Amino acid sequence: MNPDTLFSQVRILGAGVDVTGDLLVRDGLIADFGASLGRPDGATVIEAEGAILCPGLVDMRAALGEPGFEYRETIASAAVAAAAGGITTLAALPDTQPAIDDPALVQLLRTRGHETGSLTILPYGAVTRGCRGEELAELGLLREAGAVAFTDGSRAIGPARLMRLALSYARGFGARIVQHPEEPSLAAGGAATESEQATRLGLPGIPAAAEAIMVARDIRLAELTGGAVHFAHVSTGDALVLIRQAKDAGLAVTCDTAPPYFDLNETSIGDFRTYAKLSPPLRKEHDRKAVIAALADGTIDAVASDHQPRDADDKRLPFALASAGGSGLATLLAVTLAHVHNGSLPLPAAIDLLTARPAALLGIETGRIAKGAEADLCLFDPDRIWKVEAGELPGKAQNTPFDGRALEGVVLGTWKRGKRVFG
Amino acid sequence: MLLQRSAVFYRQKHLLAIEGLEPPAISQLLDLAESYVLLNRSGKTQRDLLRGRTLINLFFEDSTRTRTSFELAGKRLGADVINMSVSTSSVNKGETLIDTAATLNAMHCDLLVVRHDQSGAPNLLAQIVDAAVINAGDGTHEHPTQALLDALTIKRRKGRIAGLIVAICGDIAHSRVARSNIHLLTTMGCQVRVVGPPTLIPAEVADLGVTVFHDMAAGLAGADVVMMLRLQRERMSRGQVPSAREYFRFYGLDMDKLAHAKPDAMVMHPGPMNRGVEIDSAVADDPLRSVIKEQVEMGVAVRMAVLDMLSRGHHRNEP
Repeated sequence: MNPDTLFSQVRILGAGVDVTGDLLVRDGLIADFGASLGRPDGATVIEAEGAILCPGLVDMRAALGEPGFEYRETIASAAVAAAAGGITTLAALPDTQPAIDDPALVQLLRTRGHETGSLTILPYGAVTRGCRGEELAELGLLREAGAVAFTDGSRAIGPARLMRLALSYARGFGARIVQHPEEPSLAAGGAATESEQATRLGLPGIPAAAEAIMVARDIRLAELTGGAVHFAHVSTGDALVLIRQAKDAGLAVTCDTAPPYFDLNETSIGDFRTYAKLSPPLRKEHDRKAVIAALADGTIDAVASDHQPRDADDKRLPFALASAGGSGLATLLAVTLAHVHNGSLPLPAAIDLLTARPAALLGIETGRIAKGAEADLCLFDPDRIWKVEAGELPGKAQNTPFDGRALEGVVLGTWKRGKRVFG
Repeated sequence: MLLQRSAVFYRQKHLLAIEGLEPPAISQLLDLAESYVLLNRSGKTQRDLLRGRTLINLFFEDSTRTRTSFELAGKRLGADVINMSVSTSSVNKGETLIDTAATLNAMHCDLLVVRHDQSGAPNLLAQIVDAAVINAGDGTHEHPTQALLDALTIKRRKGRIAGLIVAICGDIAHSRVARSNIHLLTTMGCQVRVVGPPTLIPAEVADLGVTVFHDMAAGLAGADVVMMLRLQRERMSRGQVPSAREYFRFYGLDMDKLAHAKPDAMVMHPGPMNRGVEIDSAVADDPLRSVIKEQVEMGVAVRMAVLDMLSRGHHRNEP
């Protein structure tokens, strides 16, 4: 039995709670919190003046290298990076090798997560067998095995009929379909957002409309089927307008975005920097601003890391041939906080976007501060400055699009079911 | 031509792109090239300039014309020239690129001329090798020596560059020649127009300082220079242009369309030409209008000037 842990005089923040005081962890659960608690005998006391204690982050979109791409990332190395980033729950994308289209693989991932001792892995099930976009996977059996929702990961579900079937069938099991919103025929071969910059660099472009077109179609299909659709890593203002309208109309439509889309724009590509090659591509400045506005007004339901581990060989290529994707676990909190510091987002709203709101979308109980809740916690100093350096990040994947960026906000410690797993 | 160190305006180690070059650097390269035109015509050589230096022509894409031009330029200046053609049909092109770069670096080459079918490949090589890298065409990005030789051809024929109206016609979207020429000619004070079907005009190209036309008669009206681009067959198979005959009908340069330009307008083409697709033979072979053969001659002189300039070592030290 672990000894009790008492967090003393910290700002406790999350899902409606915002108090400065103490929080007591006993037997892996939050036993109590309030302005001032007594110190139980033998308790480990954590004193961190000015620090913030929030629920462990719930990252609803991350690719693990396992199975199949262990040279990029393993579950063990991802768990190290997640803990360093304050993340205690992670929804893992299924477009691995093999794809997560079999109940046994769902169970395997859950078990492997449990074995890390620091990270709960919630596997997404594949919508289609092999994530090939042809025939539906066994959604019911995958759901029964613990698939948290369904997606084909970085591949869009292209044919309208297939998406209709998926939304309709998944509805019977109460599960969301998570779409990579990009019309495939418009995006094929593209390397950067279509723009003056792509023209200057001679890179094949992906028009911003490729996102809005897919979002518009799938909103109609959600309406037609009564199914629930979630749009991942939304990056354009036009798509967000459509999502806002759909929500206002009461449709079961939700979405997330990732830090690159509200912190960076296409100029990060500069002189063919492949670490800034992402999918969807980094957009124009007006789209970045639209994403910020949609975070502030609540249209966007969650901020996810969109972690896509790549190694040097994936990236040291001419830009159009380089693999798209950025590592994101270690920077998820600090990049989000940058937009608290600059006044775009209130701190409690930012924390909810990283904890309670994605937890609600995933249908899990964590991501909140409550008596009796599991003590998955993240303690951070919101003001301490650090510099992101590729090569120095925790975990294996060093392909950060934020290389060289100075950020305010350092994770001091991460606790999983009351046990300290970082710091 | 002797240049005082203090008077050298080209201060980059490599020549990767025209974009970003200032007018004095471009002018100086053109002046130096002009001196090489005279030298070449006199039949003399300057074989001591690059004696003992190694120039490698590293071509990942076939190009007899450009490779030969660089080879001749290097030899006329006395360099040891080696040609390497690397097949791009190998499965992993990128791996070949990095591996080849590492190999070449170990050979201590001084000047590396690179052609690659991927935009930005020379930029990547420049990060890896110690040699000065010269971009001989990368994907749909840039082809800087082509723009320099075009500018020299224009300057010699028209006596100036600034103030001219230049119409660049055809497949702008997939043309590195068009991009380098747009940068060079706008930098040097030309009015640049791009003319082509909307499917072959790249996104937001007007932001590069050009005017867009979809009609040849309007685009060529009053032009001093008409620059035609090669249309690849691939454009038809990919549906960006329905057929060669339709393309020729609306965008192929014949005497009727050329009549809209100034009476003394000159016609250029980077080669190789698709006769009957983007240009009619009657125009291409008209000695009064077409400067296509002269462009080839200027190519050697411009490449000599570039090799000369880069081998002087006047670049600012990289941080």
